[in-house]
Amino acid sequence: MGASQSVRTEHEFQDVADRTGFSLEQIGNLNKRFRQLSKNEETLSRQDLASISALDNNPLRAQIINAFFDKRNLRENEAGTVQVIGFEEFLMVMSHFRPAAMHITEEEREKLRREKLRFVFNMHDTDSDGTITLEEYRRAVEELLSKAGTIGQETAKAIADAAMLEVASTTRGKMEPDEFYEGITFENFLQILKTFDIETRMHIRFLNMDTATMRCGK
Amino acid sequence: MSVWSKIKRAPSPPHSPPSRGLLLLVMLIFLEGTVLTLGAASSPDISAQDNTGGHDHRGIAGSHDHTNYTYTKKAFPVLSLDYHHIQVPFEISLWVLLASLMKLGFHLIPRLSSIVPESCLLIVVGLLVGGLIKLAGEEVPPVLDSNLFFLCLLPPIILDAGYFLPIRPFMENIGTILMFAVVGTLWNAFFVGGLLYAVCQIEGTYLSQVELLPCLLFGSIISAVDPVAVLAVFEEIHINELLHILVFGESLLNDAVTVVLYHLFEEYSGAGEVTPMDVVLGVICFLIVSLGGIAVGAIYGILAAFTSRFTSHTRVIEPLFMFVYSYMAYLSAEMFHLSGIMALIACGAVMRPYVEANISHKSHTTVKYFLKMWSSVSETLIFIFLGVATVAGPHAWNWTFVSVTVILCLVSRVIGVVGLTFIINKFRIVKLTTKDQFIVAYGGLRGAIAFSLGYLLDKDLFPMRTMFLTAIITEIFFTVFVQGMTIKPLVDLLAVKKKQEAKRSINEEIHTQFLDHLLTGIEDICGHYGHHHWKDKLNRFNKKYIKKCLIAGERYKEPQLIAFYHKMEFKQAIELVESGGGVKLPSAVPSQVSMQNIQPKKLPPPVAERALPQFTKGREEEIRKILRSNLQKTRQRLRSYNRHTLVADPFEDGWNDFLLKKQRLIELEKKMSNYLTVPGAIPDSPTMCRARLASDPNAFYNIKASSDGVPTIQVDLASPQSPDSVNMLNEFSKEGQGLGQREGGADRDEDQGLMMKPAGKGEKGEEEGGNKNPGLMRCLSDPGPSNEDEEDEPFLP
Repeated sequence: MGASQSVRTEHEFQDVADRTGFSLEQIGNLNKRFRQLSKNEETLSRQDLASISALDNNPLRAQIINAFFDKRNLRENEAGTVQVIGFEEFLMVMSHFRPAAMHITEEEREKLRREKLRFVFNMHDTDSDGTITLEEYRRAVEELLSKAGTIGQETAKAIADAAMLEVASTTRGKMEPDEFYEGITFENFLQILKTFDIETRMHIRFLNMDTATMRCGK
Repeated sequence: MSVWSKIKRAPSPPHSPPSRGLLLLVMLIFLEGTVLTLGAASSPDISAQDNTGGHDHRGIAGSHDHTNYTYTKKAFPVLSLDYHHIQVPFEISLWVLLASLMKLGFHLIPRLSSIVPESCLLIVVGLLVGGLIKLAGEEVPPVLDSNLFFLCLLPPIILDAGYFLPIRPFMENIGTILMFAVVGTLWNAFFVGGLLYAVCQIEGTYLSQVELLPCLLFGSIISAVDPVAVLAVFEEIHINELLHILVFGESLLNDAVTVVLYHLFEEYSGAGEVTPMDVVLGVICFLIVSLGGIAVGAIYGILAAFTSRFTSHTRVIEPLFMFVYSYMAYLSAEMFHLSGIMALIACGAVMRPYVEANISHKSHTTVKYFLKMWSSVSETLIFIFLGVATVAGPHAWNWTFVSVTVILCLVSRVIGVVGLTFIINKFRIVKLTTKDQFIVAYGGLRGAIAFSLGYLLDKDLFPMRTMFLTAIITEIFFTVFVQGMTIKPLVDLLAVKKKQEAKRSINEEIHTQFLDHLLTGIEDICGHYGHHHWKDKLNRFNKKYIKKCLIAGERYKEPQLIAFYHKMEFKQAIELVESGGGVKLPSAVPSQVSMQNIQPKKLPPPVAERALPQFTKGREEEIRKILRSNLQKTRQRLRSYNRHTLVADPFEDGWNDFLLKKQRLIELEKKMSNYLTVPGAIPDSPTMCRARLASDPNAFYNIKASSDGVPTIQVDLASPQSPDSVNMLNEFSKEGQGLGQREGGADRDEDQGLMMKPAGKGEKGEEEGGNKNPGLMRCLSDPGPSNEDEEDEPFLP
């Protein structure tokens, strides 16, 4: 622990803190967790995340793990995935789950919304082409219902279809029978989730609370 | 009487509805008041008369007990008046009728209901009626008698509130709500009580005989926010969900505090002092009262849910179970002096998810309507009675006491809310703004519960009871009239966020679920056992064990998203039928976009070349006639029913079968490419639309081989246009015929699937295919709450 810790100094933490918006204390805690997950390595791999037993019951397990290794979430404007991530990248993904500060301007709120919705969008858009096609949406809904047995699988398709239709009609209005709606672009996504107050819902309390109450157990 | 003369003299133009409504209203009030007065007046006389009259009758009938009666023959009484016989139920019905007519009347006068909240108007009506009764010289019946109020009038309102409580926002804000309810009420009680005592001690107010404990008791009575009043006022201002749930949740949960404080101070007012030991006992009592109340409610809720699992064969009495179990929960809690309100809330909230999965849709509607009806009538009656009791009750007006009470209540409420919010905001993610705080403070209305509690006070122990009552009534009037009337313009003025009227879309629901799982996953990665983690654990526990016990059949496996989706299908189907059959589809999924627009094209679509078939006029007429005759037949059949068995609603029991069939069809569909069209391109006449909808019956009803009685039009299965969908139709009819008799009762022979054969075109066939997109063309007769005339038109195949 000592050898690796000497690499990360307070100064570097401060740098990261400014970039991701966490407080030093929160970064310290997350660092501890990172070490725990990565078994004291410098980098975290998919296997490390996959070994968390609590995730087994989660229908979105694979997608969440992928999200950590998705380059789009790591603030790089490229597509594709990486194999391992360092602590900074870990923090960057986590920063999507910061709650909104109490007094923020409309502009900042909008920016925060876009950031969070972008994260969710990226999770749906698995081939990184900038649109969520019907197939991708179907797969997303199927994953969501994957723990629900056979009923889930069959209705998933219908649900995804209905949802897609809704998006199409909300964003495109009337369409000729031979027009084709390629998929949900990010702007459309923003539009249909306009009333969904994601900036207040998509956050982890942990990142706001007193660290004394954090439990680092598995 | 002045009212009467006013009516005689008024040369109002009788043709304009508002003034007519006003006239009607006034006459109604007068009428009711008179009858009630008569009722009150005649009862003592008749009861005196009755003793002799009754004996006479019995004597005439030949009773052997009276051996020394003298029988004098009178003319046979052709018509006699015996009011006493039916007095009590008659008067009760009269009051209920008055309440309902008042409600009607208010809505006849358009501008009035938008300016003045209903509660105010009802209190005024109560005042008038009370005044009339008093003018007639009779004693006003003690209508707000605590038994009547607490046992009959209050439970329906609370049950209605508890059953329809939006669980998600409630649980998300539970910390805040509890803070306001417990700490806020305690603060109010002690602040008002203490300062009142201080004021009473001041020289010159002639109040020095009021001691500390009665003051504190008074404080605790008056400090509780009243759920009835809050509901009545907040219902009309359509404020955003957060504020609504905060104030409303507070008003519900402060019942436990009120109960404990009330009993504590009442108990020790005689002794004159409260020791620290008593305080500790009080705290323990509070915990027992609240947690015990919730536990009692939860137990009855689970019982109700379990019972509903077995009611699939006696659907008629399903709603009864729910009402009775809830009422028993309330009574059981009251029996132990636990918090009955919390028991009711717990019962309603616990039983709802399971019961809704078990009971039929008609029962669900019944429950909804009955709850709304009862709670509405109760609320109306409570406000009217408040007015009557104001006129009736002995009053002891004391300027100082009353005015200090009113001011102190306001002040303490504001200070309490502001102070608590300051603390609470440290723990909240969505902070409460100043505007929110203002609304929460201003919305703390007092109501009839305070009055009833005051009424319950013992006269001997509390000589200043009348003064208390006067002060309570004044406070209630002040909050309801002043605060109730001004809150709406204030809400508009402050531009407080209003309730979002937007329909919940499927995308939002998907993402709600998605987000839940995502956040749970992230919490697990962080290793933090947070909010989501425990919620997820609870859900899984619920699914694995509880649902299995309490939900009948296979439905317990149904995840929430699917349940939501099905509900949406129902709603769309109802809207479809309501709107006359598809001429204008509801906005949620407009018909301008169809499946083919979003499907990736696998085959070169013959879309462009497909000419939409046009029927000739003659053919249309023919089709219409046939349909009409079929519809009529069904209508006639469904009209006759036995009181003890509802017409077996084919939809009800067929739903599960339908689901299975749908699954099979979905598998089938996987083999074919989709060529689905959401119909709606052609604006149709209603009959045609019903035909289209009706051509979808195979999924729901028993389809037997066509008998010769009914002319059926066969689909030309060889239609070239839509081979796929026609195949599905084929499947449908095969499956349909496979379904055996399911319900007794209605003879379904005539319920043929109307299979249309348009002249060689496959349009109707496509409508069958349209069935494949269930959310859009599902035409079920599931009556939703807004569907007033569902019962007039049974769903027609």
